[in-house]
Amino acid sequence: MRFARLALALGMMLGAGAAHAKIDTDPLPPKKPGWSFDGPFGMYDRAALQRGFQVYKEVCSACHSLNRVSFAAMSSGDGGHGFFTGPEVKAIAAGYKIPAGPNDKGETTDANGTPLTRPGIVADHFPPPFPNEQAARTANNGALPPDLSVITKARAGGADYVYSILTGFHEKPPAGFTVLPGKYFNPYFNGWNISMPPPLSPNQVTYADKTNATVDQMAHDVVTFLSWAAEPTLEDRHRIGFGVMLFLLAFAGLAYLSYRRIWADIH
Amino acid sequence: MAGHSTYVPKTGFTRWLDARLPILRFANDTMTTFPTPRNLNFWYSFGGILTFMLGIQIVTGIVLAMHYVPSADKAFDSVESIMRDVNYGWLLRYMHSNGASFFFLAVYLHIFRGLYYGSYKAPREILWIIGVLIYVLMIATAFLGYTLPWGQMSFWAATVITNLFSSIDQILPHAGTAITEWLWGGFAVGDPTLNRFFSLHYLLPFVIAGLVVLHIWALHVPGNNNPLGIDVKGPQDTVPFHPYYTAKDLFYLLLFVILYAVVVFYLPNALVEPDNYVPANPLVTPPEIVPEWYLLPFYAMLRSIPQKLIGVIVLFGALITLVFVPWLDTSRVRSMRFRPLAKQFFWALVVDCVLLGYLGAHRPDAVFPGTSIPMLPFARLGTAYYYAYFWLVLPLLGLIETPKPLPATIATSVTGTGVEQVNAPAE
Repeated sequence: MRFARLALALGMMLGAGAAHAKIDTDPLPPKKPGWSFDGPFGMYDRAALQRGFQVYKEVCSACHSLNRVSFAAMSSGDGGHGFFTGPEVKAIAAGYKIPAGPNDKGETTDANGTPLTRPGIVADHFPPPFPNEQAARTANNGALPPDLSVITKARAGGADYVYSILTGFHEKPPAGFTVLPGKYFNPYFNGWNISMPPPLSPNQVTYADKTNATVDQMAHDVVTFLSWAAEPTLEDRHRIGFGVMLFLLAFAGLAYLSYRRIWADIH
Repeated sequence: MAGHSTYVPKTGFTRWLDARLPILRFANDTMTTFPTPRNLNFWYSFGGILTFMLGIQIVTGIVLAMHYVPSADKAFDSVESIMRDVNYGWLLRYMHSNGASFFFLAVYLHIFRGLYYGSYKAPREILWIIGVLIYVLMIATAFLGYTLPWGQMSFWAATVITNLFSSIDQILPHAGTAITEWLWGGFAVGDPTLNRFFSLHYLLPFVIAGLVVLHIWALHVPGNNNPLGIDVKGPQDTVPFHPYYTAKDLFYLLLFVILYAVVVFYLPNALVEPDNYVPANPLVTPPEIVPEWYLLPFYAMLRSIPQKLIGVIVLFGALITLVFVPWLDTSRVRSMRFRPLAKQFFWALVVDCVLLGYLGAHRPDAVFPGTSIPMLPFARLGTAYYYAYFWLVLPLLGLIETPKPLPATIATSVTGTGVEQVNAPAE
């Protein structure tokens, strides 16, 4: 299927190439793997969210921040709609080091010159991997890894697009297309030259639930997690939306009957 | 119609109140017994729908403003915080952002209804002009609101639109730049711009609300126009507003709200450019800067003109043109039901506006998908037709068109007899 699309794109490209003598590097349309949160009754798959969090933590978070997401949001305790229990989230948060300077003496570093940190609490947000944009660019060959908090809403194609990028590194570049130095070929990316190296390889993470960690599986899981990160209130929205629709349909039905009855003596 | 009060206070308190502040009399005369043509159809329900949407926008907006931070550093994060941390903040924001779209959907149907049934003609010119003012203020308010999340589209839309004023430089050197910098409060779109845009975005809806009061007042003097476009001749032509139109409007309002709820709950980002979920970055211009769908026809007009100042004049001229419609249309017949030629030009205008909206979403140098047909000539043709409809077709048709015969009264047209009287005073 994927190859069929690529072949189609290549065919169109060659046709266009005759006229323009230039390869059209428009991105391929994203793959549509299907999501648990699709449709009006869609909900997030809890197990996929837990696995996806693991992929984000062990792979993506090396370069990508998640600035707008708090640990607390992942909690199902205290009436939350997250996917870890309260104590689990507490333990996860405590595993992160949060910048803590200055202390009450005004110091921002310890005796060795290391910036002061403290263990995270659930109210904290995910700490960024780099202290600033310049540091991020220096570590990434000049490219800036985008923050992932709303990435599935910030790209046309949404979750499908992010999934296609993560699983789109295996295609071979067509003849005549040059992959720029320090870049990687990804036909789902606009211009086909992407700065991100292929992030996922088989069995890169070891899932606690023994799920086979293929690239497709990890990509699907982490995109589920990122979709949740972008829209943690989706489940509330779908639940409330259903009630609202039922109410409005019933109300409209009654309003129609009263309208017909009131106008009955006129027509 | 106005001035005929049928209100009789029934209790001691209401008699006392009526002698001091006849507010119940006013409510009764304008919202209950108000004689309304009996033949108003579905298209007349959008006035009520628009009032409802203005209320929704003001109420959700006031609560959102309690949590929003109008600062270039914090605006984007504060919107995300509304989406995540504020109780039902996501609902308020999606109702507000999509509410703008549905507000415009309703206003466009309302305006086209007015154009079709000739509701702008004497004695309703002032009513129409107040409506045009409300529409222009709605555009300003929506544009200001679009900048507030401070995403990429917010920032660059603010840059593009404020820069329109710099085109004045072409006739008054430096004046345009001076005006633009005055609007910005600096030398580029930045913190001062965002702050004043927020302030004005909060102010204008209340100006709109004031104009809506005048709009309804101006409606209640001559009374409603109607699909036949003929005057009300007597009580047999009307029904009291309540319960007849309260019931009818409620049903159509609910149909509209169902559509609105589908978008709010199931497609809340369908009408949003994904780029606006990327924080504003003055150093990165998005590949394509587009306004929200309801402004795309005007954007197509602007971009179809190669000369900037003329493009800006064409853009604003398209709005100003609407003010003159009552005098541009020379026909004595209001409703296009009886104007076989005008009707065809009207529907061509509807198609033209939709086409301009489609073209506005694409770059001026784009081609229609799957073809090599360029879009630019169509955008120019569409712009020309928009102007031609108002400045050529409407004035000329009134002189050459032979309208169909008009029915004698609304009642004869509706019932075929015209003897039934339903507007008897209550009790």
